[in-house]
Amino acid sequence: MNIFNLIKIALKALLRNKLRALLTMLGIIIGVGAVITMMSIGQGSKDSIQSSLSAMGTNMITIMPYNNLPGGGGGVRLGASSIQSLTIADVEKLKRDVTDATEFSPAASASGQAIKGTANWPTTIQGVAPSYLDIRKLSVNSGIEFSDNDVRTSAKVCLLGQTVVNNLFGPNVDPIGQIIRFNKIPLQVIGVLSPKGYNTFGQDQDDIIIAPYTTVQKRILATIYFHAIYASARTESVSDLASEEISKSLRESHRLREGQDDDFVVRTQADLIKTLSSTSGMLSVLLTAVAGISLLIGGIGIMNIMYVSVTERTREIGLRMSIGARGIDIMSQFLIEAILISITGGLIGVILGIAASIFISSFLHWPVIISETSIVISFLVCALTGVFFGYYPAQKAARLDPIEALRYE
Amino acid sequence: MSDKILEIDDLKREFVMGSETVRALKGVSFDVLKGEFVTIMGSSGSGKSTLLNLLGCLDKQTSGEYFLDGIDVKTLDRNQLAKLRNFKIGFVFQAYNLLPRTSALENVELPLFYNSKISGKERRERALHALEAVKLADRQHHTPSQLSGGQQQRVAIARALVNEPVMILADEATGNLDTRTSYEIMALMQELNEKDQKTIVFVTHEPDIAAFSSRTVFLRDGKVVKDSPNANKKNAKDALAALPVSDDY
Ligand SMILES: Nc1ncnc2c1ncn2[C@@H]1O[C@H](COP(=O)(O)OP(=O)(O)OP(=O)(O)O)[C@@H](O)[C@H]1O
Ligand SMILES: [Mg+2]
Repeated sequence: MNIFNLIKIALKALLRNKLRALLTMLGIIIGVGAVITMMSIGQGSKDSIQSSLSAMGTNMITIMPYNNLPGGGGGVRLGASSIQSLTIADVEKLKRDVTDATEFSPAASASGQAIKGTANWPTTIQGVAPSYLDIRKLSVNSGIEFSDNDVRTSAKVCLLGQTVVNNLFGPNVDPIGQIIRFNKIPLQVIGVLSPKGYNTFGQDQDDIIIAPYTTVQKRILATIYFHAIYASARTESVSDLASEEISKSLRESHRLREGQDDDFVVRTQADLIKTLSSTSGMLSVLLTAVAGISLLIGGIGIMNIMYVSVTERTREIGLRMSIGARGIDIMSQFLIEAILISITGGLIGVILGIAASIFISSFLHWPVIISETSIVISFLVCALTGVFFGYYPAQKAARLDPIEALRYE
Repeated sequence: MSDKILEIDDLKREFVMGSETVRALKGVSFDVLKGEFVTIMGSSGSGKSTLLNLLGCLDKQTSGEYFLDGIDVKTLDRNQLAKLRNFKIGFVFQAYNLLPRTSALENVELPLFYNSKISGKERRERALHALEAVKLADRQHHTPSQLSGGQQQRVAIARALVNEPVMILADEATGNLDTRTSYEIMALMQELNEKDQKTIVFVTHEPDIAAFSSRTVFLRDGKVVKDSPNANKKNAKDALAALPVSDDY
């Protein structure tokens, strides 16, 4: 009996019981669909996190204050903004000590209301040094950057992100030279930043005002502390060395004794990428487990229904044997039926998974990447599931005694 | 080679059930010649079905000899037996055993599926031809549930014929049918026997059915008690014509 005839017979048997076949497939359909969808989302967000991290500059190092002192609230850790440890003296010392990082920029930020005429817009002002633009790979689209002199004089100047421009000025007005107010402080717009769009975490990177840090510290926040210090390693490969040097220098300037914990954290982009990719590694282990379990359940469903089918069709098996079917013919017939169920289920699952991924990417705007390998692998695993769980029922059918099978009521 | 299709000699079949042994056949010997129409008669439990299953290579004897068309059946394995059934034997069962929800034509095609030398086209043609032989060509697309019992049995006979076997084995093939339909089936059997020279072994326990054959073997308690040619073989077509036109019972 050739394979086409076998497939034909198996198809006919399945079509005779469409609903049952569909219900049997359900486990596999859901399993494969879920796996494909989750893999697409996982792969998509991993890729987009990585690309937006590299867009920020893979050399960037972030230093943030961090309260880890025993008296620091008895286990209550305060947010970065409420901790005061980073000062301009730290920055100056870093510039002297650290050889593997080239640029340093302190950052003091405040949120508040930006106002121009009747238009107002809630946003964040970031007080930084001119080198910040280099470190963050930002550039000025029109107008000019502010200078070290502006920092020295706490000049009332600022650079606007595109979102802020759109909301304060509308489309047809040139903002350069205009005065806006941020928390009542008048600032002159001297430049507009090139748009960067949304990052992976859904933040609008253009919803920002940048000003000299002295301006923000003195005129807006009235503080001498910073929320962060940004630095740029000479190259990506020395960022770990740079980070060590930074820690050493900061411990000195904060007068931390041996054994005392840091009151700051230093993070390189490489660290971040590593953390995120280990998370996504764990995610894929989890997904594999989910896939395995759902295919197991689907497979047991197939096995169950194949046993029922063999029992139900005992007389048919007897008849087929009496007219010349060999054991192997009967075996192949039921095995192919099982494989057909699992492959059809897998196929529907793949289509459903792709549809769900496309839906998610176009309606929820999540980054989604449908990987061919995940499709091919789930498909193969489905076929194997069919073989594995169809084997025993098929073998049972093939071993039936023709006379007893014919007599079966 | 002789023109014997079947040669059985001292054929025995015992069933072991726990500590008990049921001796269904206790040494049966007879030959069947090519083109014979033999009926096997006997009371219930006399071993008719057991014998027919052995003749049809569905079962293996406990001891004794059985040659089918010159082949010593007891030397064959399961797969070879399947092949033998496919090429040499056509079965007709009391319960028809058609595949449900499957058209008459597809039912008839079934044995040819297990013969890989036959193409799809040839399969269809031969199945149609077999259906024509049982005068059901116009019902080829009907499923068993859309056919009467007699028609279903004729489809089953077509299925037994489609592989052009050397012999047709029927176990109480008229057991579920009324007199008229039984006679129709017997008329068909006689036609196959006389026109196409098919050898037929037909199990029945109705003497009037046995009267249509050329020879009757009587079994009792697993042994042949009588084996005689039919002196006045009846013609089923004539018998059919002689039946009252409208049966009112
Ligand atoms: N598989 C089996 N296991 C045990 N005993 C069996 C088996 N098959 C048949 N027998 C026994 O063998 C004997 C002959 O049975 P068989 O079916 O051949 O009778 P039969 O002549 O066909 O009867 P009927 O006219 O009722 O069909 C019976 O006593 C039966 O109980
Ligand atoms: Mg019987």
